Amino acid sequence: MTNSIKEIAGADFILAIGTNTTESHPIIGLQVKKARRNGSTLVVVDPRRTEVAELADLHLQIKSGSDIALLNAMAHVIIEEKLWNKDFVNGRTENFEAFKETVKRYTPEFASEITGVPAETIREVARGYAKANNATILYTMGLTQHICGTHNVFAVANLAMLCGHIGKPNSGVNPLRGQNNVQGACDMGALPAVLTGYQPVTADEVRAKFAKAWQVDELPAKPGLTVGEIMEGAAEGRIKGMYIMGENPVLSDPDADHVIHALSNLDFLVVQDIFLTETAQLADVVLPAASFAEKDGTFTNTERRVQRVRKAINPVGEAKADWEIICAVSSAMGYAMKYASVSNIFDEIASLTPSYAGISYSRLEEGGIQWPCPSAEHTGTPYLHKDKFVRGLGKFNPVEYIPPAEQPDEEYPLVLTTGRRHFHYHTGTMTQRTGALEVYYGTEYLEINPVDASALGIAEDDMVLVKSRRGEVRVKARLTDVVPRGVVFTSFHFPDVAINKLTNAAVDPLAKIPELKVCAVKVEKAS
Amino acid sequence: MSDVRLTINGREVTAPKGSTVLEAATRAGIFIPTLCHDPELTSFGACRMCVVEIKGMRNLPASCVTEVADGMVVETDSPAVVEARKTILELLLANHPADCLTCGRNGDCRLQDYAYMYGVKSEPFGGEKHNYPVEDDNPFIIRDMNKCILCGKCVRACAEIQGKNIIDFAYRGFDAKVATAMDVPLSDSECVFCGNCVAVCPVGALQEKALRSAARTWEVKKVKTTCPYCGTGCSLELNVKDDRVVGVTSCQGDVNGRALCVKGRFGFGFIHHPDRLQKPLVKKNGTFVEASWEEAINLVAEKLQDIKEHHGSDALAVLSSARCTNEENYLMQKFTRVVLGTNNIDHCARL
Amino acid sequence: MSYVTLTINGIKVTVPRGTTVLDAAREAGVFIPTLCHDPDFPHFGACRLCVVEIPGMRNLPASCVTEAADGMEVYTESPAVVEARKTILELLLANHPQDCLTCEKNGDCRLQDYAFRYGVKEAGFQGERKNYPLDDSNPYIIRDANKCILCGRCVRTCNAIPERSVIDFGYRGFNTKIVTAMDTPLGESDCVYCGRCVTVCPVGALIWKSLAGKGRVWEFNKEEVTCTFCESGCLFEVVSKGGKNIAVVPKAPGTGRPLCLKGRLGLELKYLDDPPAPQLKKGDTFVEVSWSEALGLQEILPKLTGKNG
Ligand code: SF4
Ligand code: SF4
Ligand code: SF4
Ligand code: SF4
Ligand code: SF4
Ligand code: SF4
Ligand code: FES
Repeated sequence: MTNSIKEIAGADFILAIGTNTTESHPIIGLQVKKARRNGSTLVVVDPRRTEVAELADLHLQIKSGSDIALLNAMAHVIIEEKLWNKDFVNGRTENFEAFKETVKRYTPEFASEITGVPAETIREVARGYAKANNATILYTMGLTQHICGTHNVFAVANLAMLCGHIGKPNSGVNPLRGQNNVQGACDMGALPAVLTGYQPVTADEVRAKFAKAWQVDELPAKPGLTVGEIMEGAAEGRIKGMYIMGENPVLSDPDADHVIHALSNLDFLVVQDIFLTETAQLADVVLPAASFAEKDGTFTNTERRVQRVRKAINPVGEAKADWEIICAVSSAMGYAMKYASVSNIFDEIASLTPSYAGISYSRLEEGGIQWPCPSAEHTGTPYLHKDKFVRGLGKFNPVEYIPPAEQPDEEYPLVLTTGRRHFHYHTGTMTQRTGALEVYYGTEYLEINPVDASALGIAEDDMVLVKSRRGEVRVKARLTDVVPRGVVFTSFHFPDVAINKLTNAAVDPLAKIPELKVCAVKVEKAS
Repeated sequence: MSDVRLTINGREVTAPKGSTVLEAATRAGIFIPTLCHDPELTSFGACRMCVVEIKGMRNLPASCVTEVADGMVVETDSPAVVEARKTILELLLANHPADCLTCGRNGDCRLQDYAYMYGVKSEPFGGEKHNYPVEDDNPFIIRDMNKCILCGKCVRACAEIQGKNIIDFAYRGFDAKVATAMDVPLSDSECVFCGNCVAVCPVGALQEKALRSAARTWEVKKVKTTCPYCGTGCSLELNVKDDRVVGVTSCQGDVNGRALCVKGRFGFGFIHHPDRLQKPLVKKNGTFVEASWEEAINLVAEKLQDIKEHHGSDALAVLSSARCTNEENYLMQKFTRVVLGTNNIDHCARL
Repeated sequence: MSYVTLTINGIKVTVPRGTTVLDAAREAGVFIPTLCHDPDFPHFGACRLCVVEIPGMRNLPASCVTEAADGMEVYTESPAVVEARKTILELLLANHPQDCLTCEKNGDCRLQDYAFRYGVKEAGFQGERKNYPLDDSNPYIIRDANKCILCGRCVRTCNAIPERSVIDFGYRGFNTKIVTAMDTPLGESDCVYCGRCVTVCPVGALIWKSLAGKGRVWEFNKEEVTCTFCESGCLFEVVSKGGKNIAVVPKAPGTGRPLCLKGRLGLELKYLDDPPAPQLKKGDTFVEVSWSEALGLQEILPKLTGKNG
């Protein structure tokens, strides 16, 4: 996020795109509600009438995957009506002309065709956003801010720069992270092209610095494969061995059958987790890891705040903290890794990562710190891009609307979108085993519009088959107008509704984000 | 902002203009008991536990809603104040069940604290008692309205922190009660079970079901940590008894204050779930058999080494985790780059 | 020594012959609740809270007085056992004051622990309440016979020092009570205020006056110290709250050590910032005395300091 969570409450215009904030990020949702109570305007863009959409002044029930058309049309209106922030655009950005050229053809009427949102509504939202003092855009997509830009994110950033709604308190571009430490995993360089703090592996001086600190002669310079490419490589036999720590791609990744095939094709798979997940079941060796309650460490949240994780109990059984296991494997392979405690690991991170340089365990005792925090005296950074962007001038990246790779057709007439539920989390490995959450919210269902349902002869609680070109799942139907006609929705929290058997692994060429949100399906009553 | 000067218990203190007597006293380290007041919620001034004596004022004003003024002379523990507090406590206890024996909040209950502090005994057969059924049909929260002192904190927390209006005062007089619309159980309302009402309840009327039946308040050690679920990064306290996590309570978090969602507050049960992996497993002839750490680690090291030697570093790949700590992700990419010799490392966070 | 092997809740355990089932269970890490049992003065078997189920035995035997035997099978939480414990607790609570709200023992009381553990609320039976006056007749110990569960632990530990033997069971039936020689208040008896009885009382029937009203047990920190007045080396605890030492109380002395008032007063003087003035009984009343008198130093102190003590 460019801003802090608490700053959302201070925005007078909130544009929430594709985030059911109150359900998937309840505590951030509280800030949205607070802003509403303070009188700010909330516009929600989502094909479903979600809980947060119910709170909104305006709900744009847009066709899945048409966000860019909407955002470009907003920019079009803002430029046409001369509502854009000339000082900001002239002083802080570049490439405006190209952007202006691109959005020229996105008239509200044109966008209305694509998105299904009335042109007048697009105009109204564009004016509201541009005229606000502090406007913030919230969205979820699990992107890495600094390196994996995607077209959607470009479109959002273009809009924010156009109005100067960035680089100040309460105003900005705020992706909300799905998992607790997505931000940290990216910051730490668990990515194919960068080391910690987004330092590129391709830069010689960067590799030299790390090689020296790690006491090796050299480090690999060629960017590695992304998760989708890794699976592809495994399926094709180029990747022979894999080490998976605390992830369950069989359930979380698109096209589950393909993932299972890829992992089964490996010569050797080691999985380290707290449960015998669907992925772990495919492994040759499974290593029992400690849960968050059983170890020390830090997480970095979606607003870049580094916070302590503290050990409360001893690991269950013979489980060990992930960091201890990595050290053991590394040492067994001839590279000794020994740390007396996690705070020593953190010190090593700080010494190699400029944005973390000023953070230490003793400082974290006083409370979390938001990076960048370059020195021990620095108090952290609540919002980014204050006087300049990381790269200097902010660059407009014009993007075009591209229709989703898979459109509904005669055979697969419905659009399936997936998401999260309030009572559950991710692949359900944890929330299915709490003795409470799964008791209260025990079964998953498919949301379907009553009109579509009656056309298909489906009644509430009927067992239905959802089929895509890649697979099928059985699930109970729930008739609700939360979803518009033509759209069905479910979550991916429940292993027995392994919805990612259906989803499309086609990835965005830049960010390599699979199109989990949109795929074409047909639904029929199960016998 | 200008400061005002006043005297509390004979001590000269200063407080920002517009602050309450309660805030001024708290700042000066002077304790005033409260039941319905909460610094994060709007003031209510209903329980009158926080009364003080102020020279020149006829009655005893409630300090949580009385603004400081220049030259004010305040007594927080005068005989009249103590008498008033005792009376309030006696009235509350007269229709409060004498249930501390097994009450889940015994040891962390304001009513009990103040009864002890002011030496007010409960009268088991004193006043008329309510006889509401205890509501425990959901797996998260126990509601025992017999113990409710009608402080209204839960009502305000639900409205002001959670932005829901699930519960409100209902009925009148002796029958006054905090209830959902139509007085249905929480499980039949729109309640999202965030438990933020439970976190502010000063007594045992609202309790965390699992936690309060697993341990007495004085038996638990509290460890402040960060929620393992979503990317918001809420702070919470794990309650530990006998090396087991028995519950979660709120603490003051940088991001969330005391608010949590249902997952953070009630989703801790997976930690001790019987499905937890407790030993390394090695697959032999298609089935997993338990192995020692030494055997498992050596096998992993040997296999990875073997692939590296025969197929090259880029035949290896690592998926790190958005659920693990920074330190673990750091070591994992270090291991991948230094030991495996490849940049084939990613995590599933793009989803 | 010969050994026997038995199973407790399916766990095999081997113990020396003569060990009770209770001790064998503790050896196996299995918890059994007790009220009247005192490891220093065992084999009393009165409260029956420690009952267990042993197939082949007709009733539920009290584990604290039952000897472990080879091949014995013991179940410590079977439905029958739990039922029995609940009944015992209900009976105890039926004539127990509902006073935890302000009771000094709240938070460190066995009756309360077990009521919570077995989910027994008071008023299972609405029994007759006792209405004894509070015995507040001396500066050191408060006795509340209404809360007494007649476990007899105080009697046994007091009588372990023959020249003390101040208290015993008195009266019968519902009126059974722990009494001094003529059922006088403690202050009028031959009690020496060593506090042996207080250290073993499982409930709030005997409490330290020095701690009454000073705080709740969960607010206290305790640090163990050893008395050096005599060679017995009795163990005490310095009790602190909010970083301030507020009292010194003894730990249960068992059979080996006598425990005495002088030792406790000496440690109060040593560890407390403002120790309460010591009081000794002169004739029928307690009077404040100087520290040197309380500690029996009048004769030697002047010699040591060259002044009059
Ligand atoms: S709410 Fe408080 S006073 Fe009431 S029974 Fe529970 S602990 Fe005792
Ligand atoms: S649990 Fe949350 S939503 Fe439910 S009543 Fe309490 S505060 Fe309101
Ligand atoms: S339930 Fe608790 S917080 Fe709510 S009014 Fe009653 S006592 Fe107050
Ligand atoms: S408590 Fe809820 S909102 Fe907060 S971090 Fe945990 S899952 Fe996210
Ligand atoms: S006073 Fe205490 S120790 Fe003595 S019999 Fe009664 S309960 Fe037992
Ligand atoms: S003796 Fe125990 S059960 Fe009785 S009132 Fe005191 S704390 Fe409660
Ligand atoms: S402890 Fe065994 S009978 Fe009392």
